[in-house]
Amino acid sequence: MSADDSKAAKEGLVRRAWAFARELWDVLVRPSTVFGLGVLVIAGFAAGVIFWGGFNTALELTNTEKFCTGCHEMRENVFAELKSTIHFTNRSGVRATCPDCHVPHNWTDKIARKMQASKEVWGHLFGFIDTRDKFVDKRLELALHEWARFKANDSLECRNCHSAESMDITKQSPRASVAHQRFLFTGEKTCIDCHKGIAHHLPDMRGVPGWQ
Amino acid sequence: MTRNLHIVLLVLAIGAGTGTLAAQSLNSGLRGPTPLNDEGQASPMAPTRNTSEREVRNYPEQPPVIPHSIDGYQVDLNSNKCLSCHARARTGESQAPMVSITHFMDRDGQFLASISPRRFFCTECHVPQSVTNPPVSNDFVDIDTMLSRAAPGGRR
Repeated sequence: MSADDSKAAKEGLVRRAWAFARELWDVLVRPSTVFGLGVLVIAGFAAGVIFWGGFNTALELTNTEKFCTGCHEMRENVFAELKSTIHFTNRSGVRATCPDCHVPHNWTDKIARKMQASKEVWGHLFGFIDTRDKFVDKRLELALHEWARFKANDSLECRNCHSAESMDITKQSPRASVAHQRFLFTGEKTCIDCHKGIAHHLPDMRGVPGWQ
Repeated sequence: MTRNLHIVLLVLAIGAGTGTLAAQSLNSGLRGPTPLNDEGQASPMAPTRNTSEREVRNYPEQPPVIPHSIDGYQVDLNSNKCLSCHARARTGESQAPMVSITHFMDRDGQFLASISPRRFFCTECHVPQSVTNPPVSNDFVDIDTMLSRAAPGGRR
């Protein structure tokens, strides 16, 4: 009895919502008779500024260390590993947070990356890596994605801070300066080719070129 | 009566002992001026020697020391950062010395295709060096110096 009632109420709701939508559409396609064109343009511009600002603010909010470590998958696995590396604490006190390496800085690339990253929300909701064991099993696949991305964009995120032009090789150790001159400056290799596993632990590296 | 006297003597002896301990600042050379019963300040960490030049071995069997920094190098079941330069196939690109052929042998003396599992953990024998003044000097004399002396096996 009550189920029938609620069904009827639901149907009523759908019908009313549909009627409202049609009415709204009618209003939207009819020219304004009350407001001047100038008022509409200025109001639209102001609303646009507020909307754009809000969108960007929300986007930047998802680009913080606090947001990334909000999920236990990140906080207890990759973030815990980052803490012992030079990108977390170092002599000059500059920290590379998650988005510095994992999100491109310029806008179009950033939006593309953010759209890709929506898969991570899906993964979180359905618990793809919600235990340590699951994460360890999937680690190589996840790492391969990141390496492929760095390789494809010539280690763009590394170069946000480390550029070959501003690198003073006389200040580097002899090993580093030789390697950078031979492989980086000639464009033969990109950062990620040699610097894998500098911010997180490595997965099982058997089969990865250059590793045993 | 004698028992009471013993107790009194014992108390006096303990009292005298603790008094002396508290009065003098016991210290040994390695601890510096910090008294034995105090925890001193940790000495500053010495920087790691970071070059690409090999160090001379003190005796033929000595595992070569690592002349460069190995901070953050991962050597575990998953990967071996050292081998990404020192493995046989990697030395052409890295110009690093190859891991010794003895490391390819299993315990029966059979040569394997790659590093034997028992030789996998490099830092069990090979260690980086820090740039510091050792608190205790070393009077080790290597065999060549020993043999070149006028009276072999003589004065040390």
